[in-house]
Amino acid sequence: MKKFYNNVLGGRSGSIGVIILAILLFAILPMSLDAFRLNLVGKYLTYAFVAVGLVLLWGNSGVLSLGQGIFFGLGGYCMAMFLKLEASSVENTKIQSTPGIPDFMDWNQITHLPSLWVPFKSLPFALVAVAFVPTFIAFVVGTAMFKRRVGGVYFAVITQALALILSLGIDGNQGLTGGRNGITDLRTLLGWDIRTKSAQYVLYFACCALLIGAILLSRFVLSTRMGRLLLAMKDKEDRVRFSGYDVASFKVFVFCLAAAMSGVGGALFVLQVGFISPSLVGIVPSIEMVIFAAVGGKQSLLGAVYGTLVVNAGKSLFSETFPQLWLFLMGGLFIAVVMLFPNGLAGIFDSIGSRFKKRSLIKALPKTTEVTVVELAETGGKS
Amino acid sequence: MSETNFLLAIEDLTVSFDGFKAVDGLNLYVARNELRVIIGPNGAGKTTVLDLICGKTRATAGSIKFKNCELLGMAEHKIVHSGVGRKFQTPSIYENLTVFENLELSYPSGQSVFGTLAFRRTAEVIARIEEVAESIYLKDQLDIEGAFLSHGQKQWLEIGMLLMQNPEMLMLDEPVAGMSPAEREQTAELLKKICENRSILIIEHDMDFVSRIAHKVTVLHLGKILAEGSMAEIQNNEKVQDVYLGH
Repeated sequence: MKKFYNNVLGGRSGSIGVIILAILLFAILPMSLDAFRLNLVGKYLTYAFVAVGLVLLWGNSGVLSLGQGIFFGLGGYCMAMFLKLEASSVENTKIQSTPGIPDFMDWNQITHLPSLWVPFKSLPFALVAVAFVPTFIAFVVGTAMFKRRVGGVYFAVITQALALILSLGIDGNQGLTGGRNGITDLRTLLGWDIRTKSAQYVLYFACCALLIGAILLSRFVLSTRMGRLLLAMKDKEDRVRFSGYDVASFKVFVFCLAAAMSGVGGALFVLQVGFISPSLVGIVPSIEMVIFAAVGGKQSLLGAVYGTLVVNAGKSLFSETFPQLWLFLMGGLFIAVVMLFPNGLAGIFDSIGSRFKKRSLIKALPKTTEVTVVELAETGGKS
Repeated sequence: MSETNFLLAIEDLTVSFDGFKAVDGLNLYVARNELRVIIGPNGAGKTTVLDLICGKTRATAGSIKFKNCELLGMAEHKIVHSGVGRKFQTPSIYENLTVFENLELSYPSGQSVFGTLAFRRTAEVIARIEEVAESIYLKDQLDIEGAFLSHGQKQWLEIGMLLMQNPEMLMLDEPVAGMSPAEREQTAELLKKICENRSILIIEHDMDFVSRIAHKVTVLHLGKILAEGSMAEIQNNEKVQDVYLGH
């Protein structure tokens, strides 16, 4: 029990942070926002899964991936394929020339369900795939690159290229993936209508609970010897290697973990928003997610959630009033954070906290300070 | 030679970088419990030899046998597990971790991915860390972050990290560079102590220091061995005086 408290919750200060976040997500936001806005927050929180993964991968291991949208998208597509099949019952699709297959397949003159889609008729399979497919892809990509010591900028550029390839691949295979429009018109999960207000609330709370679960899991990983090893690896990779560790396999592990979390986020996105399209997979969302993590503070798990919420709230606010300016603002924000606040919101919060502590220390010692000042005045600063 | 009693047997070792042979047909044998010092002018290939042994650089030809087991082509972390420890020229420690954590990371069990997740700080681990910290004169600095140590203390800490692995052979690249005379004294003591049950291979430029610790000295020049023998023999060798000691 004590171990759980120290390692998973992060001791006293760590658990206070988690409790504050939980109160915000479970009580304050649901009570103060209408259903539409809350659904919007739910959508943003699904990006926070990616941002939390990036804190592990980038902030703590020094591996910057500009292709995390790949994993978000793969998780989302796995979920969407199940929902789409359920929405495409023979009854619902009887006006099609081939009833019982998703509508976009029918438009593309496909007459039977492609074999890739068949296993997604099963919910357990789809749920496993949501985490497993991104993990598997991350494992293959990670092993291929890290074992060959590809890192730094090269890794970032290659992951970005992969994000582009995947989004183009989805875009180009309209019959199989729904193409540019994505997979739309998702309705029910095992007969439960996910479009209703009550379902939206349930899914929002499920998303919050899973997000906090992801944060606690990450915190556990960082509290073990692996957490210290990752920091060491970021600092002196060669020293770690010549202390008997296989550096590549640790990078692969963290990359896979971040990918699995992103996949879960993608699935929750699909459940709450009701569609997925290649625009959520490619370069732009992948980079935006890095900005979320940077704004929150790339080493802070909780900061990643706040960074995601703040940037997206800003995005909604500004894009409603100045749609043309938003992208420039976003770019400016990223540059400002990197130049001025390298530790993001979490860093600002920490420095305010330590300043406050200093002030209370001074208050506790008022007499001595006064005496010194008086003495200094009397001696005229000469001593 | 296929079977050897030497702990380390290097034969015909060659590495060429774009045609330039940094190490050229090197033969070097290190016995168990021997403290060997490699000296030589800049560019002689000293650091490259250590890089080749620990797997940081891949050899072009030759063989490196450690306990009669070929090291060439073995992954770096496996070479470490077979009993070779390497200290780098500039102190390589983890600045953001405490001295305790620096030493703990080198504890030689639970070093696989899932091993690190399951690793526990047992009494045995703590005792070992305290023992090593005592021998490297850092017993009172266990809770200090690496970044706050002095240069000499960082050098000791890195040696301590190697001792945690309990290697059969230690390779040190200029361990006393940048140290004060008092620190050099302490380091010499330390090396004599830890050499009792392992071999040590050291690169060093400080001849006073070398003469105090070396069992045997090897002089490298242009990737080849120029001379080998006791310190007195080396100091009286004319060839060595020409290329190195005379300067």
